[in-house]
Amino acid sequence: MTVDSMASTRPRGDCVQLLTPEGERVTHPGYEDVDFSPEQVRGFYRDFVLVRRIDTEGTALQRQGELGIWASLLGQEAAQVGSGRALEPGDFVFPTYREHGVAWCRGIDPVNLLGLFRGVDHGAWDPAEMNFGLYTIVIGAQSLHATGYAMGMQRDGAEDAVLAYFGDGASAQGDVNEAFIWAGVFNAPIVFFCQNNQWAISVPLARQTRAPLYQRAQGFGFPGVQVDGNDVFAVHEVTKRALRGAREGNGPTLIEAVTYRMGPHTTTDDPTRYRIASEVEEWRLKDPIERVRVYLARNGLADQAFFDSVDEEANDLAASIRKRCIELPDPGPMRMFQQVYAEPSPTLERERAEYEEYLAGFEGSHA
Amino acid sequence: MSKVTLGKALNLGLRKALEDDPKVLIMGEDVGRLGGVFRVTDGLQKDFGEDRVIDTPLAESGIIGTAVGLAMRGYRPICEIQFDGFVFPGFDQIVNQVAKLRYRSQGRVPMPIVIRIPFGGGIGAVEHHSESPETYFAHTAGLKVVACSNPTDAYWMIQQAVSSDDPIVFFEPKRRYHEKADLDEEANPYPLHAARVLRSGGDVTVLTWGPSVKTCMDAADAAREDGHEVELIDLRSLSPMDLDPVYASVERTGRLVVVHESPRTASLSAEVSALVTERCFYHLEAPVQRVTGFDVPYPPARVEDGFLPDLDRVLAAVDHTFEF
Ligand SMILES: Cc1ncc(C[n+]2csc(CCOP(=O)(O)OP(=O)(O)O)c2C)c(N)n1
Ligand SMILES: [Mg+2]
Repeated sequence: MTVDSMASTRPRGDCVQLLTPEGERVTHPGYEDVDFSPEQVRGFYRDFVLVRRIDTEGTALQRQGELGIWASLLGQEAAQVGSGRALEPGDFVFPTYREHGVAWCRGIDPVNLLGLFRGVDHGAWDPAEMNFGLYTIVIGAQSLHATGYAMGMQRDGAEDAVLAYFGDGASAQGDVNEAFIWAGVFNAPIVFFCQNNQWAISVPLARQTRAPLYQRAQGFGFPGVQVDGNDVFAVHEVTKRALRGAREGNGPTLIEAVTYRMGPHTTTDDPTRYRIASEVEEWRLKDPIERVRVYLARNGLADQAFFDSVDEEANDLAASIRKRCIELPDPGPMRMFQQVYAEPSPTLERERAEYEEYLAGFEGSHA
Repeated sequence: MSKVTLGKALNLGLRKALEDDPKVLIMGEDVGRLGGVFRVTDGLQKDFGEDRVIDTPLAESGIIGTAVGLAMRGYRPICEIQFDGFVFPGFDQIVNQVAKLRYRSQGRVPMPIVIRIPFGGGIGAVEHHSESPETYFAHTAGLKVVACSNPTDAYWMIQQAVSSDDPIVFFEPKRRYHEKADLDEEANPYPLHAARVLRSGGDVTVLTWGPSVKTCMDAADAAREDGHEVELIDLRSLSPMDLDPVYASVERTGRLVVVHESPRTASLSAEVSALVTERCFYHLEAPVQRVTGFDVPYPPARVEDGFLPDLDRVLAAVDHTFEF
């Protein structure tokens, strides 16, 4: 019953790659004149190390019982930082639940991400202030919100664009495909950024699509580009062009970033039940960070002092977010009644008052 | 008899259903090689093959909608929804299609579909993983809705649900998956759509289902120390509801407390309260009490203990019925 899938799991000829896993700068038709300043490359590297460190800390905090769960972005740093750094200040991001690297690029305090997985709140940042929507756990839902938001930008005559993230698994959801239709027929200023990390929990890409994902865009009437998602140069350039096109009125683009989820789906998952170690090892050789490190060192763009200083910064960041995460105050039970409605609900007000009275009855009796 | 977890009992029941009828299929996200995120379908794909235990693409509307077509073709799909909050992308297919096809076709198109949904909170999860959406389904004519609370019921009820020609939404108390109890595979199964008295007592009746059954059992122990004998009833079938044992009990105790995790407004306890008031008005010594989730979206994990009915809240309600 299983069909042979044409869905790609690795870059092929038309996949944009500008930096090989070995750290070698290469070119791609149409991308010959792309250039990155040494400062920019060092910036990517710094982002990578810090973001990976935030992620490591998230996993450690979960193991120590400080978080309920953590969704690791390990292996997807280039897809996230490359696209996140392509944003202009006025652009707006719609994330899934794994976009810690994009959040970092938008200036979200990592403690806010940890707090969500700790169960302190459902998201402590103001989307309008950060131009970064709340993490969305219902698979695919945010793709429609992103499209509507882009339609709003368009009506306002704003020269901004939306960057909407989703996964290979999400590509099967109705919402995502409806978003493609809307974005296409309304020529919305949006870039759909699919991190094809090969897995949706235990389900491989071939179970979500028979054709390569980026090719789907054609049927919806807009361009689709496949990019080496572990190559920050390619991701950055492709995303920058797509966002520019959206801002200039050329409508949506679908970007498929071919990458790999190096860790478990979340801290509760055990990937050894469904995938083989050699696959993970194969992808380890395509690590997004290592290739930039080699590129910097080989071309004399960074010295040991630079690498050391980034590591030190990562240590400081880790210590700080760990401390602040553990110190996050518990919200207390009455918090659950807040902000359910804009205007008061007598029903809820009564429930709240009764519960408060009930809790007061324990004071002094129970510890 | 052997001691098994509730999750394992479901697994054994599903295995039996697959063995008994080649038309039975299991489909859902991660149900195959992984065996489901709660391992309820563990080993079933290995033993019954990828054609019968099917990892689907990630789309709940697709899972339910294709189950409709398979059912029309004579199959008996068991759909797994990974978590309560993720049933909603499939809600349209469930309430507009699954629930209505028999009616629309004047009985020519039966819908022998089971939709399994792990439900309820208490596992410290992020959003959408802790909800209790049973009311939406019980409110929908054409669907039957059941909730198991212990391994023996889990084992039998899932098989009964699969062999029913009606579509059944089957709720599983996720935070009780790991709780063990004796499973008697030889016993005569209790009817699927019958409520069950789990503990007899003459002072006050407590009615609940799913994950709250254990909470209420603990509360009944505590109430005994306070001198109140609780009659505990597991509703089991949420639609249709079998309230005869509840009426009989309330006629003796004069007091009823209904407990569930879903929010209160327009919930199943409202229905129970109305029916009991209609039927047992002259026997009631106190108004029907309700211990429920609050009318708020499911809160963050660090607040959920306040949201969920716990032993203290149940006891307070039990005590309150003696204050009239
Ligand atoms: C509507 C819905 N169904 C099911 C789930 C459970 N779930 C959480 S993540 C996930 C897999 C998502 O895969 P993908 O879109 O590839 O993103 P990734 O996790 O790989 O980043 C599933 C099935 C969900 N969150 N929402
Ligand atoms: Mg994925």
